[in-house]
Amino acid sequence: MELNYILELSGVSKTFGQTRAVQRMDLNVEAGQTTVLIGPSGCGKSTLLRLMIGLIRPDTGTIRFEGTELTPDNVLALRQRMGYVIQEGGLFPHLTGYDNVSLMAQYLGWDDNRIKARLAELTDLTHFPTDGLDRYPAQLSGGQQQRVSLMRALMLDPDVLLMDEPLGALDAMIRAGLQTDLREIFQTLGKTVVMVTHDIGEAGFFGDEILLLRDGQVVQKDTLETLVSSPAEAFVSDFINAQRSPLETLGGGES
Amino acid sequence: MKRYWLFLFVVAPLFTVPSFVNGDAPEVKVGSKKFTESVILGELISQIAQSAGASAVHRRELGGTRILWNALLKGEIDAYPEYTGTISQEILAGEGISGEEEIRKALAAQGIRMSRPLGFNNTYIVGMKEAVAEKLLIRTISDLRRHPDLKIGFSNEFMDRGDGWPSLRDRYSLPHRDVRGMDHDLAYRGLERGDIQVIDLYSTDAEIQYYNLRGLADDLGHFPAYHAVILYRDDLQKKAPKVASALLKLEGRIPEKEMVKLNARVKLDRVPESRVASEFLEATLSVKTDVQAETGASRFLKHTREHLLLVAISLLGAIIVSIPLGILAAKVPQIGQIILGIVGIIQTIPSLALLVFMIPLLGIGGPPAILALFLYSLLPIVRNTYAGLHDIPMQIRESAEALGLPPAARLRLVELPMSARSILAGIKTAAVINVGTATLGALIGAGGYGQPILTGIRLDDVGLILQGAVPAAGLALLVQGLFELAERGLVSKGLRLKAE
Repeated sequence: MELNYILELSGVSKTFGQTRAVQRMDLNVEAGQTTVLIGPSGCGKSTLLRLMIGLIRPDTGTIRFEGTELTPDNVLALRQRMGYVIQEGGLFPHLTGYDNVSLMAQYLGWDDNRIKARLAELTDLTHFPTDGLDRYPAQLSGGQQQRVSLMRALMLDPDVLLMDEPLGALDAMIRAGLQTDLREIFQTLGKTVVMVTHDIGEAGFFGDEILLLRDGQVVQKDTLETLVSSPAEAFVSDFINAQRSPLETLGGGES
Repeated sequence: MKRYWLFLFVVAPLFTVPSFVNGDAPEVKVGSKKFTESVILGELISQIAQSAGASAVHRRELGGTRILWNALLKGEIDAYPEYTGTISQEILAGEGISGEEEIRKALAAQGIRMSRPLGFNNTYIVGMKEAVAEKLLIRTISDLRRHPDLKIGFSNEFMDRGDGWPSLRDRYSLPHRDVRGMDHDLAYRGLERGDIQVIDLYSTDAEIQYYNLRGLADDLGHFPAYHAVILYRDDLQKKAPKVASALLKLEGRIPEKEMVKLNARVKLDRVPESRVASEFLEATLSVKTDVQAETGASRFLKHTREHLLLVAISLLGAIIVSIPLGILAAKVPQIGQIILGIVGIIQTIPSLALLVFMIPLLGIGGPPAILALFLYSLLPIVRNTYAGLHDIPMQIRESAEALGLPPAARLRLVELPMSARSILAGIKTAAVINVGTATLGALIGAGGYGQPILTGIRLDDVGLILQGAVPAAGLALLVQGLFELAERGLVSKGLRLKAE
């Protein structure tokens, strides 16, 4: 039963100075599912993601990945089984697309053929033009950069993909295209995905399950439909109503 | 360890003049100060040593009394010309010593011997243009009290010598406020132009006649006698007894008139010191010496080689040390502040002072100059390495971390390549500063382009100054160009694109 949970957080707190970003949180992420973390800014959603990949350590509580507790000693090895994508890609500007994607594989000593074969799979999967791999990030559009970033996260075929507002910096048209592609990729790969967004439409589009957060705590954990139909408290409705377009797509909006 | 040996074999010989010229001839190193009379005397001493069978080296135009004296104590040089007044007032200042025998005894206690006086008293004189002095009716130093508005320009050394300006002022109760330190050779020009009215002179200066100057009488007897003597190390007697006794042949052989003439031959007639010295030795002591005249081209090559070595070794050392220091500063903030503070403080030490500090540690010549230049090159490189690493955006740093790369690999694959431009800019700044500062190396005998500049200032020879200044400026430009080329090779195209 426990093995169904790929990430388990129990009693996790994190404080930055005076701000309590995460407060005694218990959270399990089910394998093979897309879990979306959503909430107003400062609710602790990005902090949660950074805790999961070990970029920061919790003040209290434990984080387990595939049953193993994250510690400073094993975090480097465990990260190789997680993929991480952030808002503006975080691509290394001094490396070409090819080197950005394969940096870790090169470090681990993969041979050229293996790297090339894996890259061929990934460009195919992400609909990325092969010749774009020779370009530097500065020569790529925002959408292309995010595809490179996604390929980099997927390079070692990780068990979980952690995405922090992966579409947040893109304009609407490109965003819509990449959204569709992304969902298709998630479905093809059947991977566990944890995604942070502030856009309720996007959350509904991707999420099997949505966690609405406020002040470092989970307010409600459900599907979008349930969040709309039976909000746990007024804050849930307020948050959803503040963004009207998702309601329109569901056909329940007032205009 | 290996590197150390490499240094000894490859680098060290470049700084020493070959000592195997005459088979087993003892090597005698002679020093001189950076004014013409001292250079002539140094040349006399080294030519006599040569004629007595030694392989003599003349390290000419060193920066000042302290530098020469420390070099003599350390055995960096074996002999140099000095003045009794300077010895009692400056070298042995505070010991209340006067009189030749007392000096001799005090020196012996430090392993230094002193010849008998060479024959002239080159004392300090306070001097003015004859016409100006006549108009103001100034004949003695005491007369200066009546003219508190006169502008005074004293040589830098005179400004703080034991017998220099402070005690002269006290002795004569001089009220003058506008008193500045300047290079002695420049002071003559200032006097000529009328920027200053009073300067210090050496009584054997050729310029006294040339510029038509009046020496003011030392009516209160402030200045001690400055009899020229030769100081040499005890062990010269053992190492090369013939040389030691040959040197003493100069005792009493140079009367004041003769010295003024020799100075004039060099300063006014532009005859090289080596030839003036050689002619004097032949005429007075019937000692034949051969003077090998250095051609302009070979001198230029020598200075270029010396300068390049100073810059290359000090800069290379600074790069090797600074980059790790910069990394440490960026990675460990507490240590970082200390490191940046220390290299910053080093930068504020005046270059001449830093050079002089190095002498007790490393003697004179290339090594102390290299160490000083090395220290000056640290700050720009450390700071730019630190800044380059510090300014890497958080997302990029974390992206490398999130991949699972260990810290050393992150540094090598991501952080250093991303800081390459900043680090290179630091090295470029260090190199340009280094090329310029290296010209000061000549003051402690390190040679380089500073040598012709120093000689040019001393002889009021603009052509000679340019022979040092132009190639030094050219080298700075060249170095800058080279680093711009290096940037194309070392900074990723991806980063250069971004900047455009």
